[in-house]
Amino acid sequence: MKTFRYERPADPAAAVTLVAGTPGARYLAGGTNLVDLMKLGVETPELLVDVSRLPFGEVEETDTGGLRIGAAVRGSRLAAHLLVRERYPALSQALLSGASAQLRNAATIGGNLLQRTRCLYFQDVSKPCNKRRPGSGCPAREGAHRDLAVLGASEHCIATNTSDLAVALAALDATVHLTGPAGVRSLPLTDLYRLPGDEPERDTVLRHGELITSVELPPPPHSARSRAPLMVYRKVRDRASYAFALVSVAAVLDVRDAAVHEVRLAFGGLAARPWRAREAEQALQGRPATEEAFVEAVRTELSACRPLRENGYKLALAERLAVAVLADLAGQG
Amino acid sequence: MTTMEHTLGASIARLESRAKVTGTARYAAEYVTDDALYAWPVPAGIARGEITAVHTEAAMTDPAVVVVLTHQNAPRLHPVEDRTLTLLQSSHIAHRGQYIALAVATSLEAARSAAGAVLVQYKADHHDVVLAEDHPGLYMPEEIDGLWPGTREHGDFDTVYATAEIRTDAVYTTPPMHNHPMEPHAATALWDGDALTVYDSNQGSVTVQHTLAQLFGIDAGQVRVVSEHVGGGFGSKGTARPHVVLAAMAARVVGRPVKLAVPRNHMPAVVGHRAPTIQRIRIGAGRDGCIQALAHEVVTCTSMVGRFVEAAALPSRVMYIAPNSRTAHRVTRLDIPAPSWMRAPGECPGMFALESAIDELAYVCGIDPVELRIRNDPQVEPDSGLPFSSRHLTECLREGARRFGWHERDPSPGTRYEGRLLIGSGVAASMYPVVILPSRAEVRADPDGHYWVRVNATDIGTGARTVLAQIAADALTAPLGYVHISIGSTDLPEAPLAGGSSGTASWGWAVHNACVRLRGLIEHSGGSVPAGGLSVSADTTEDVKSGQEYARCAFGAQFAEVQVDTDTAEVRLRRLTGVFAAGRILNARTARSQFIGGMTMGLSMALMEGSTMDPEFGDYAERDFASYHVAVCADVPAIEAHWIDEEDPHLNPMHSKGIGEIGIVGTAAAVANAVHHATGVRVRTLPIRPDTLLPHFA
Repeated sequence: MKTFRYERPADPAAAVTLVAGTPGARYLAGGTNLVDLMKLGVETPELLVDVSRLPFGEVEETDTGGLRIGAAVRGSRLAAHLLVRERYPALSQALLSGASAQLRNAATIGGNLLQRTRCLYFQDVSKPCNKRRPGSGCPAREGAHRDLAVLGASEHCIATNTSDLAVALAALDATVHLTGPAGVRSLPLTDLYRLPGDEPERDTVLRHGELITSVELPPPPHSARSRAPLMVYRKVRDRASYAFALVSVAAVLDVRDAAVHEVRLAFGGLAARPWRAREAEQALQGRPATEEAFVEAVRTELSACRPLRENGYKLALAERLAVAVLADLAGQG
Repeated sequence: MTTMEHTLGASIARLESRAKVTGTARYAAEYVTDDALYAWPVPAGIARGEITAVHTEAAMTDPAVVVVLTHQNAPRLHPVEDRTLTLLQSSHIAHRGQYIALAVATSLEAARSAAGAVLVQYKADHHDVVLAEDHPGLYMPEEIDGLWPGTREHGDFDTVYATAEIRTDAVYTTPPMHNHPMEPHAATALWDGDALTVYDSNQGSVTVQHTLAQLFGIDAGQVRVVSEHVGGGFGSKGTARPHVVLAAMAARVVGRPVKLAVPRNHMPAVVGHRAPTIQRIRIGAGRDGCIQALAHEVVTCTSMVGRFVEAAALPSRVMYIAPNSRTAHRVTRLDIPAPSWMRAPGECPGMFALESAIDELAYVCGIDPVELRIRNDPQVEPDSGLPFSSRHLTECLREGARRFGWHERDPSPGTRYEGRLLIGSGVAASMYPVVILPSRAEVRADPDGHYWVRVNATDIGTGARTVLAQIAADALTAPLGYVHISIGSTDLPEAPLAGGSSGTASWGWAVHNACVRLRGLIEHSGGSVPAGGLSVSADTTEDVKSGQEYARCAFGAQFAEVQVDTDTAEVRLRRLTGVFAAGRILNARTARSQFIGGMTMGLSMALMEGSTMDPEFGDYAERDFASYHVAVCADVPAIEAHWIDEEDPHLNPMHSKGIGEIGIVGTAAAVANAVHHATGVRVRTLPIRPDTLLPHFA
């Protein structure tokens, strides 16, 4: 591991100044991914700026009845939060399906959103990787890519985003609040992430020095018949716990008079970002909430899939999972 | 003094458990000496070829770096049989990840950083790393692991199979698997003149001692190996591994103690693994399910630096009546890391294939798979013709069926739904041979009633230390608290390794003999111990020759229930019941841990475990616990191990069979058979993951 400096500034402005002024600086929160990558030599920051104790540790209801989640809130705390469990159960499910209890105790919401891909080539500095070393090549296309992307990938990179949280937040229309050298700004969570294109080294649209301060959720949708929001996060994985998603789905569905009144659907495990299925949502809007309609809509969304030798199963898996989740939610309504 | 009559067999907690959970038990890398240096190895970046240049200047710029060893400046080693140990001796590279340099520094961080700064240039040759059924390099080895013949024929398989009423023919494949013990391979080495001391994580320090002596050209008596606590090995620590050679080499060069712990992500390339297998099984049987012809033909691979051949067809020489049989192995040498032992080498992958094939035969014949196995249960070992010293496979099957509720099972596959889940159950047999090796032991009695037992056994986490103390207490008719035991050092009487499930029987026999004779001496001297104490030593070299006129094996039966999600094709275990017949069980508590530990590892093999050989680079892609999946607690909801009382006088004075490996044998087949019962899909390639079953759910 390369020697690095460590600073723990007292306020967000100082943190931003420190990182903005040092090209090789990184923000450090829970460190559950960054420190691993430093040990592997994938990340070699010259300065770590610890933001875990900045005043971003609150979960508050907003004036509109939504929820503002501080970026430094730990995953385990958010998963257990009463308002989250009552109003956004899919968010709690997503958090609890990720990592292990120990990691959730350490990892923060902001850090979770910025975790790097677990592509095995990205993590192995003895091999080429366009994300880690732009222009060096992508051995994953021919190599071990069973876990990697089928949507939105490029010839340069087929990495997936592995955050469960981000998938749930994408379906919940979350907004990300940022502060940075040029002031504050906000983005829809789905716009935070980039597809690889020919710049796979850039995971997000964040500028150097920008820091996530909070994530905001609009008020939860309510179904016509029940106060409980109809939403779910479901994850398919190789073992019962402590494994990244092969495919996951976050869905919100409101069925009225047997027709789709509102639907929001996002996939994990398919792309470099949580994949909000807008085409499927549009296709379903106002349509009868039947399994046939779900299948058709999901197929439309997934028609853009470009599978490789070992990851073609994700297409069928994503379709079956999404249809099962939507049918289940429709049945509950 | 109270006599405890039932020390042996009782549920005794590990004697060192408190030391382990409080962190005072020391492992190989934890023997801190004030002036110790840290070593970090450099792995080869190509799979085959030559090193053309090594540049260590950049690595040496840090003043914390003491030396960087390469093939150009490393001390010369004497040749040994295991060529993975003659490290840094030539520019030749036999597999990716082979250690080609070693950075030694005053801190772990500096050593690691220096290792990363070593610049190596190569002339790479084309490498060949993928096993295939029709690989042109396949040959029939004379000997396979365990020194068994590669091929055995009985009767006339081809003719009888061709005319059999019922015929099955299927190919089963298992992926490469990695042992990954919790404690990585590690050593601390220090020299005093020509005398070498190493604290090393291994399964048997005597082999390590002799190997080091040979490599460094010194007498074995000058090498002291201490292995007091070992955090698992699963076969990968059965012999000396590169880490201990490099630590000793570096310590010799720098004249200071050197520590080396193998990084987890190096382990898949340097400490052995289970080779992949492609196994074809053909069975010819009557409509009554009685086997008339059986062929078990194995294709596997080994490395350019080793000769290990996974003996996967061995179980078919032992398990079932088969008057006409062929058990054969073909192997090819590839430019891959050296395969070696992994828990129940041979039996474990072999029984996945055989016990799956038996299940298929049961379905073809329309006979319950428990009943079919009982019908084919032989009186004598099919291959050797020797009578079994004891064989209670039928009893294990019946007892397991009773406990599991097997008789209520509807055999039709793919019919039991619980909502969107399909439920199924499967059975498979387990088997592991009895191995007993010569051992020595010593015991001393003090006048105050205390006993001191000395034997160079190795406790790799199994509870060996505890069970040996129990054996001693029983033989001495002394309370356990008066028995003090020393293990894990070449200072102690010579003893064999913890491997092949042979440890307890081998060491225990010597301990038992020494203790019985000591007790006789004490009784002879009127029941009291003289002021100077009394000592007795034992050597079982002659004793262990007995019993060879029998085929000796432990047997078992495992029953699995699984659920398969019809939306996602995820398979999850619901419950697993194992019943074993393994002679006398010496410590109920640690034995249960051995059985369920093995069964859990077998479950991992069935549903998630496997390494991917990357054809472009020639290495295994998964090199950490995030990507190399083994079962976590949530994968094992209900697991039970039971045993039947088995009296077998042809084993050893404790009447015990080894139990370290049998638990993993058969589990994968029981789970795969349960998946078939649940879904109607016969999976013959492990592991069974969502992408395996999904195409069948379309």
